[in-house]
Amino acid sequence: MAKKNVIVIGGGIAGMESASYLSAMGFNVTLLEKSNELGGHLLNWERLFPTMRYGKQVIDFLAKGIDFEQINKVLNVEIKSIEKKNTQFCVELSNGKTFFGDSILITTGYDLFDAHRKEEYGYGIYNNVITSADLEKIFMSGNPITTTDGKTPKRIGIVHCVGSRDEKVGHVYCSKVCCVTGVKQAIEIKEKMPETEVFNFYMDMRMYGMHFEALYKKAQEKYGIQFIRGRLSEAAENIDGTIVLKVEDTLAGRPLKMNVDILVLLVGFVPSKGSKEVGKLMGLNIGINGFYKTKDQHTLTNVSNIDGVFFAGSCTGPKTITNTITDARAAASSVASYLLGFDLHKRDIENHEEFWLYDSK
Amino acid sequence: MNFDYFVLPFCIGALILFTILSTRYAMWIVKLPRIDKRKAWLGILKFKFIGSIWEVFRESLLHRKIFKINAMLGWMHMSFAFGWFLLIVIGAMESKFHKSRVFNMPYDPIFLRYFEHNTHGFFFAEGFTFIMDLILLILLTATILAISKRVYSNLFGLKRTTKLILGDKIALYSLWTIFPLRFLAESFTSGLYNNGGFLTGTFGNIFASFLPLQMLEYPFWWAYSSALCLFFIFLPFSRYMHIPTEIFLIYLRNCGIRTSKNHTGYTEFEIYSCSRCGICIDKCQLTDVMQNKTQGVYFIQQIRRNILSSETAYNCLLCGRCTTYCPVGIDINKVRLLKRHDFAPENGFNFNYLDEKVTVAPFEYDVIYFAGCMTHLTPTIKNSMVKILNKSGDRYIFLDKEGSICCGKPLLFAGNEKQARELKYENKKLINKTGAKTLVTSCPICYNIFKNEYNLTIEVLHHSQYIKRLIENKKITLSKSQLNVVYHDPCELSRTNNVYDEPREILNAIANLQTTNHEKDNALCCGGSLGNFVISETERNKITNNMVAKLSEHKPDVIVTACPLCKKTMNKQSDVPINDISELVSNAILQEKNY
Repeated sequence: MAKKNVIVIGGGIAGMESASYLSAMGFNVTLLEKSNELGGHLLNWERLFPTMRYGKQVIDFLAKGIDFEQINKVLNVEIKSIEKKNTQFCVELSNGKTFFGDSILITTGYDLFDAHRKEEYGYGIYNNVITSADLEKIFMSGNPITTTDGKTPKRIGIVHCVGSRDEKVGHVYCSKVCCVTGVKQAIEIKEKMPETEVFNFYMDMRMYGMHFEALYKKAQEKYGIQFIRGRLSEAAENIDGTIVLKVEDTLAGRPLKMNVDILVLLVGFVPSKGSKEVGKLMGLNIGINGFYKTKDQHTLTNVSNIDGVFFAGSCTGPKTITNTITDARAAASSVASYLLGFDLHKRDIENHEEFWLYDSK
Repeated sequence: MNFDYFVLPFCIGALILFTILSTRYAMWIVKLPRIDKRKAWLGILKFKFIGSIWEVFRESLLHRKIFKINAMLGWMHMSFAFGWFLLIVIGAMESKFHKSRVFNMPYDPIFLRYFEHNTHGFFFAEGFTFIMDLILLILLTATILAISKRVYSNLFGLKRTTKLILGDKIALYSLWTIFPLRFLAESFTSGLYNNGGFLTGTFGNIFASFLPLQMLEYPFWWAYSSALCLFFIFLPFSRYMHIPTEIFLIYLRNCGIRTSKNHTGYTEFEIYSCSRCGICIDKCQLTDVMQNKTQGVYFIQQIRRNILSSETAYNCLLCGRCTTYCPVGIDINKVRLLKRHDFAPENGFNFNYLDEKVTVAPFEYDVIYFAGCMTHLTPTIKNSMVKILNKSGDRYIFLDKEGSICCGKPLLFAGNEKQARELKYENKKLINKTGAKTLVTSCPICYNIFKNEYNLTIEVLHHSQYIKRLIENKKITLSKSQLNVVYHDPCELSRTNNVYDEPREILNAIANLQTTNHEKDNALCCGGSLGNFVISETERNKITNNMVAKLSEHKPDVIVTACPLCKKTMNKQSDVPINDISELVSNAILQEKNY
């Protein structure tokens, strides 16, 4: 029997790990990536919570799987069209090449929320307002953290939930990783600059993962990082370039006005542009939050509405790195089961439409 | 004297109608505030009714405004109202000619054909008969149109019409039968006596050929009279109450009386002038996103039936589209705001701290700049305005740069008049202290309240007006870019305060302004309204999505508006960049500097 072909769309961590596993299971795998490097967002992230492991190490680990197996990596391409003929998928690429697959695995991931859209926080307007991604870039570069005029910041504010849990920008969901990222980045700042005061402004601290709570406790006890419950209402710039924050301390029950030298916005996950494009090309179901809608929320989390098309990673909703890797392996086994002629993904669960709570509105 | 028992239903109905109407109107006039009563009396001396008669003729009879909305709908209303009016007037004249005397019984013209059979020899008879038949024909076509409107409302430009209540239904069905019954009764009489005009005479002869007219004539006159009676009795309890009430409303409005902050007699005249035509339903943007019956017509219906819920009172964007298109000219927005007083919480915030907190150095300034809370949430607008103000050379004070006092409009939206007054008092004190001559605001909501409710002695400008003036006085010079822009009219600036031209003139000077299908009075609400306390964010997003799609139809480079709230709201849904007009102006200054 001829080897079956799988096309994996997106070379982030989900795409890498599922490609490795599919290849190991004996399929011909083609991994498509629009940039010139595999690794996705993780390439731009220095360290990971809660261990402070380097992101690079995780990418290296995943790359070993890719190198080990005979995977056809196609970089710098975008998808022009996808057609399904019987059980075959025909993927036409921007470089003129065409690939045929028996199954497609979509790992198009997420984009970071564009902080410009939260205009009242002043990103792109005030110089000393940056995002968590910008801060990671500084960490990666190894340069010291300074204000735009080169001074060492005396006080840094970190705002949680920027673009998440915010009806005003149309994203009602929690992005899952920002709370603990805020704790992690606050600790990193403190480690580099012990004299700098760090304030985190949060709505809820969601420390659901193993060791997250310990990290949060350490941030307070060991590093003296301050956590203030209250959503930032607006930021304004002083003449000297510092940022005035207006926020309500909802635990103390009083309004608060504070000057900080740098303001960091913890930007959340939004459905990626790539996901939207692929979804449009193929006619995939999109959930109310804009991420792909899986066939069922509990049981068929890698299965799409098109037979032979599967999902892995954060294209179906915000996920941590750990979850994404696990999900990628799960997706690989779903694809394998499909290609080997098992109908595991076709098992029916009663009224799965009805149990899409948020969508049922 | 002409008399038969069948005239009694008509007379009784008319008497009941007259009694109810005069009692109600008298009560409402008593309920008018003293100042409005004075205006109404003075209106008589100043012959305000002459203008009012013309308006009544134009609106109540010809229905000009409805014609503007849809010609078919206008034609139906005009043929009904004007036709019936002519039938009454010419009928009265006809009956007087027959009797050759000025005074006769009020029912004479209505049942003339039954009593007077000898119309042949009379000089005017041929003429009158012809005219009366023609009018009756028009009224019959109007009835057919009215019935088909119930079935095919789309033909009349109405996607949705109002749901009727019992009183409406009885009045409606009796109205539908009045003219067909008159036609039949008159035709039967004509058939019997071989007279009548081209309509009743012809049909009379046809009916005579196969119907026992002798038996039918009398009951049909009874039926005609009863239909009139039924209509008259149910008129005060139905939508048709608008027919007589609108006349009074027009007069009072011409006397300069407007909807006030309290429920007065004028409000009664307004709400009873509502014809429940339902034009406001299609114009309301909420109609597309929710099922709730909250539109102007239902809101007023609830007041009339005394079952107004707070949900209906607060579920409104206050965009004013309904008010603009209301054929009767009811100020629905203002009525909605005054009704919110009934639901607003008694005690709210304590503003005592404001006295010590906010101070301003008394100094000679030319201009006060009041950004407002929404502008503080859109700092690009704030920065642009600061740049423009610096460039203008005017000595200005940025009044709410640090601590600011709310303009009070959000409290007014909530119906909390008293608390808003406290804020207004504090702001007014600050404004007067500065000694400035001009107050510039960036937010149309602030602009509206400062201009219309503060009674300030100084001039209030929106920043678009201020910028326009700076350009005219050559205080700033701007370069023209090749950007294709469309302009979105903010509700509080355009419909409420008629600021239409200044922003357009500025945009014509600095960019290529394109037109859209939703301009000026027909502009859409962005969905961000502070006036609605009920709808969910999802419903708001739908409104925004719909309107952004309409504005982006011709793919402009930028959608320009003149309101921080509109900008913020549209920004979250739009793929096309959204800018405030001040941002474009500020950029245009920058470009000039580079040369």
